[in-house]
Amino acid sequence: MFQTLSTFLPELFLALSASLLLGFGLSKTNDRSVIVRYISVGVLVVFAFMGYVLDRPDGVSFSGLLFNNDFSDFLKAIIGLSAAAALMLSKNYFQKESLDRYEFSVLTLYAVLGMSIMVSANNLLAMYIGIEMQSLALYILAAFNRDSLRASEAGLKYFVLGALSSGLLLYGASLIYGFTGSLDFETIRASIALTGPTTGIIAGMVFLLCGLAFKISAAPFHMWTPDVYEGSPTPVTGFFAAAPKLAAMAIITRLLIVPFGDIIGQWQQVIVVLAVLSMVVGALGAIMQTNIKRLMAYSSIANMGYALVPLAAGTVAGVQGMLVFMTIYIITVIGVFAIILQMRLRNGMVEQVSDLSGLSKSNPGMAFGLTMLMVSLIGIPPWLGFFGKLFAFVPAVEAGLLWLVVVALVASVISAFYYLRIIKTMWFDEPNREFIRAPRTTRVIAIASILLVIPVLILPGLSGAALGLADSAAQALFAQ
Amino acid sequence: MYQLIVFAPLLGAIIAGVAGTRFGSQILSATLSKIITTGLLFLSAILSWVVFMGVGFGDSPDQTIQLFRWMEVGDMKADWALKIDTLTAVMLVVVNSVSALVHLYSWGYMSDDKYQPRFFAYLSLFTFAMLMLVTSDNFIQLFFGWEGVGLASYLLIGYYYKKPSANAAAIKAFVTNRVGDVGLALGIMTIFLMFGSVNFDVVFAALEGGADTTLPFLGGEFNAIELIAFLLFIGAMGKSAQFVLHVWLPDAMEGPTPVSALIHAATMVTAGVFLVCRAHPIFELAPFTSGFITTVGAFTALFAASVALVQNDIKRVIAYSTCSQLGYMFFAAGVGAYNAAMFHLFTHAFFKALLFLCAGSVIHALHHEQDMRKMGGIWRKVPWTYGAMIIGTLAITGIGIPGSYTWGFAGFFSKDAIIEAAYSARGSSDAAIFAFWIGITAALMTSFYSWRLIFMTFHGKFRGDQHTLDHAHESPWNMRAPLVLLSLGAIFAGAIFHKYFMKDYGAFWHGALPGVAGDHHAAISNTLYAAAETTASDATYGKYESKGFIDWLLFRPVHGYPFWVLLLPLVASVTGFVIAYFMYIRGSVQAKIDHIRETGGSPLYNFLLNKWYIDELYDATVVRGTRKLGDLFWKVGDVRIIDGLGPNGVAKFASGAAKRVSKFQTGYLYHYAFVMLLGVAFLILVAFRGTTGG
Repeated sequence: MFQTLSTFLPELFLALSASLLLGFGLSKTNDRSVIVRYISVGVLVVFAFMGYVLDRPDGVSFSGLLFNNDFSDFLKAIIGLSAAAALMLSKNYFQKESLDRYEFSVLTLYAVLGMSIMVSANNLLAMYIGIEMQSLALYILAAFNRDSLRASEAGLKYFVLGALSSGLLLYGASLIYGFTGSLDFETIRASIALTGPTTGIIAGMVFLLCGLAFKISAAPFHMWTPDVYEGSPTPVTGFFAAAPKLAAMAIITRLLIVPFGDIIGQWQQVIVVLAVLSMVVGALGAIMQTNIKRLMAYSSIANMGYALVPLAAGTVAGVQGMLVFMTIYIITVIGVFAIILQMRLRNGMVEQVSDLSGLSKSNPGMAFGLTMLMVSLIGIPPWLGFFGKLFAFVPAVEAGLLWLVVVALVASVISAFYYLRIIKTMWFDEPNREFIRAPRTTRVIAIASILLVIPVLILPGLSGAALGLADSAAQALFAQ
Repeated sequence: MYQLIVFAPLLGAIIAGVAGTRFGSQILSATLSKIITTGLLFLSAILSWVVFMGVGFGDSPDQTIQLFRWMEVGDMKADWALKIDTLTAVMLVVVNSVSALVHLYSWGYMSDDKYQPRFFAYLSLFTFAMLMLVTSDNFIQLFFGWEGVGLASYLLIGYYYKKPSANAAAIKAFVTNRVGDVGLALGIMTIFLMFGSVNFDVVFAALEGGADTTLPFLGGEFNAIELIAFLLFIGAMGKSAQFVLHVWLPDAMEGPTPVSALIHAATMVTAGVFLVCRAHPIFELAPFTSGFITTVGAFTALFAASVALVQNDIKRVIAYSTCSQLGYMFFAAGVGAYNAAMFHLFTHAFFKALLFLCAGSVIHALHHEQDMRKMGGIWRKVPWTYGAMIIGTLAITGIGIPGSYTWGFAGFFSKDAIIEAAYSARGSSDAAIFAFWIGITAALMTSFYSWRLIFMTFHGKFRGDQHTLDHAHESPWNMRAPLVLLSLGAIFAGAIFHKYFMKDYGAFWHGALPGVAGDHHAAISNTLYAAAETTASDATYGKYESKGFIDWLLFRPVHGYPFWVLLLPLVASVTGFVIAYFMYIRGSVQAKIDHIRETGGSPLYNFLLNKWYIDELYDATVVRGTRKLGDLFWKVGDVRIIDGLGPNGVAKFASGAAKRVSKFQTGYLYHYAFVMLLGVAFLILVAFRGTTGG
């Protein structure tokens, strides 16, 4: 009992805080959305570091439903921090759009709670509960601007397709249960070792992967992404692009390494196909986009493809590479959305790439920052994005997946086009309109992200430590 | 002191270039920049004379001062070093004296230019590069200086960078020099390949051992030494504007006139001659290449002189004259009279710089008019310039008393020395006898075009508009002073230094240039006097018996030559003067101009006026050929094949595919769901294929 409590403490803290805040926000007299947001951000930051502060309380809880280890701790830290950043970004936006409600913060907390359960799930049911908890919160967040037709449509699309993916997931889980007689990851693994990869197990595994591929918006389960990214309020999109992707990626990793670790021959092909499709669709789809949020949607599809590349290797280095890549991607993408949120004219937000034209003259600082981020996304050394791709692709090469890496590099080159087009628009086109001055919080987060992608600042001190964390996280997964 | 000589100009260039120009923020005023560069150059020039006196006449030892090691890659070792011997000392004097005077002259000439510090910085930079070239103790540093002067030349030709013709000329000079530089670079590489070193002393000491080696080159086997000599000479041809690679020099006159005087007359273009003299041990062992040098030199002398006969641009006449005089120097070097070549280089620097600066003074007086057809009769307006120009012309046409060796202008001594050297070498080389007669012919032409220039510019009636004539004025003192000093050089340099350069070669050169004939050399002599003694003891002239006055006059041996050999250049020169006099003083210049305008001129006239159509020939063959080849690579190779199948093809494919991908994105929920289910089916297929197939 005490062990359960100690390993479950972060989630418990989150759940209690969310519930208390829900009650606290229910005030008839005055709007408490601002104070709730600040408290939520504090809660998220505390949650992020709790695993490390409590000296990584590892072990199972709830009779093996959850298994907390270095892997989960690492992910919780990243998820918590990125959610906190997204929440901070939302402050000004919602105030300006007069949408500010305290439920937003609470829903974010619940979504993070879901993700937290996802990343420590050690049982198909626990995994499902986590995913659904997260997804339900996200559906509402997507449609948070309920007076907007676009947002409602986005939320509805997301919900319907999400339900379909949940169906796939549950169907896969039931197949696995039917053929192995267990929902527990380790028992499944032992059972597969006994029977070998039977048809039912493979089918169940593919269904599970398809359900999860929807969550990371890997092609061909990506179709919702551009519509939802475009329709949702921008801070929500920023949130979608970061934490949920990482959580889903983590649970895929865990599934592949723990229960299905011995049948890599069966899932490697599937992951490779998902990776290739995602990279190609992401790279090509973005070329035609004029809306920067849609563009970022395709960009995230392509980046999920890159993240799957090291995973296909199925090695410790591969998992580490995925974690490093995802972390760097999240840092960058939060910066990008922090800048998109600064694209505000007097009469509201704009989202077209062409609105950025001549930004270098009207707002050189912002143009410089976005250029840094784009260059990092392209993956040009010495920016951080380059190292992300380096860590992601080297394990795949070592595992003999050379042609997959070649596809990834070609996709990188194609996607360089639309990142460069943004840079070109900012620096070489004639300025048309000037954005109004962005609020301080947004700028601070953008600047922090920009500083982080310039690796001269973090290479000496941070990178060693960060790599160490990612490495111990990957090791923990294989030790399980 | 040596370091100071070499680095003072660099210091000036850096100060004026960085602090004086708008390149940085302009810290120094233009006047201060000019004072610094000019002052440092005069310091350098004075010290150069001190060194020259010390090394040539005093007892300063020949020495090599190692500054520091530049590169060390395996056996490839090159130092920054200052090699001081008489050859270097002569070059130091020539370069620094002319450069200092040109700096001073530019005060006046460039006075209404807006970017003077830049100009002076370039001039000083050039001087430094030239000094690096002449003080080098190895081929690598020489190459550095070689390219440095090329760069400075490029910058200065294109100094008026807003003028398209100046840019074109600068590029032409640069590209033509590249052709030569490839030869020089290949030569240096071959030297390193053969001897494992690029140091002059080491290489020259090892030459004997390599005399019989052959090397494969361009599919043939060649004697290694011949090959090296030939490649080095190609480099020299480019820099010294010898026939085939001469095309850049006349166009280089687009640069300001002081630049023409310094770079394209007195110093840089003589670098090729210097190279041949510096590397004379190599050329002595290469009889075939030496013959080739003689032929090319002689032909250039004739060719350039013939073109100069009809040019109308005052600077172009002098430019072709330079080209022609460089031909003289080369054929002297080709027949082995390296000291005669250096002597002519030395005197030529004075009188050719003088001529250019005079031309500049005329141009300055007439508001940048360069066409001689629009000049005439201005000697009263510019008496100083006129006097100096006459002195320069007397010097270049070689007026003096044959056989006296005391009375004569500078060019008289050095040019006659060359012609006599060619005559002495007649016995062993066909090229030498060719060169001798060409030398005489070219001397006649030289005289004609030089006097034609004087007559068209200073005599007769003024043919420009009256306004220009009214405003014509003599140049300020800072332009006249260099003219006076150079005039002194043009008058006395030959008479004073003749015996040191030519007669007491042992004491003066002490080993920098060969004193006695090498056994391997094609020419019978390496010095005029060594040859003269041989010839004097010859049976024909040793037992001279007079057969009447005419015979006495022509065949009496003087200094070991039949007297007609000494007389002939002077006769040619005077003939040229007489023809020019009758054509341009007795005849009407205006009538000739009108005649040519009406009839278009005779074919021969046009042939010469268009410089033998060499530029057109190059344009039709090399330029257009290269352009076609470039077009081929560009339009077919790059655009169609590389771009078409590579980037553009992929991009086209990508944008096509992008459209298709976007088409899938219909926005309908059931489409999305359908695609998802298709995906599931496909992935299950993939997974099972992995099981059964894998």
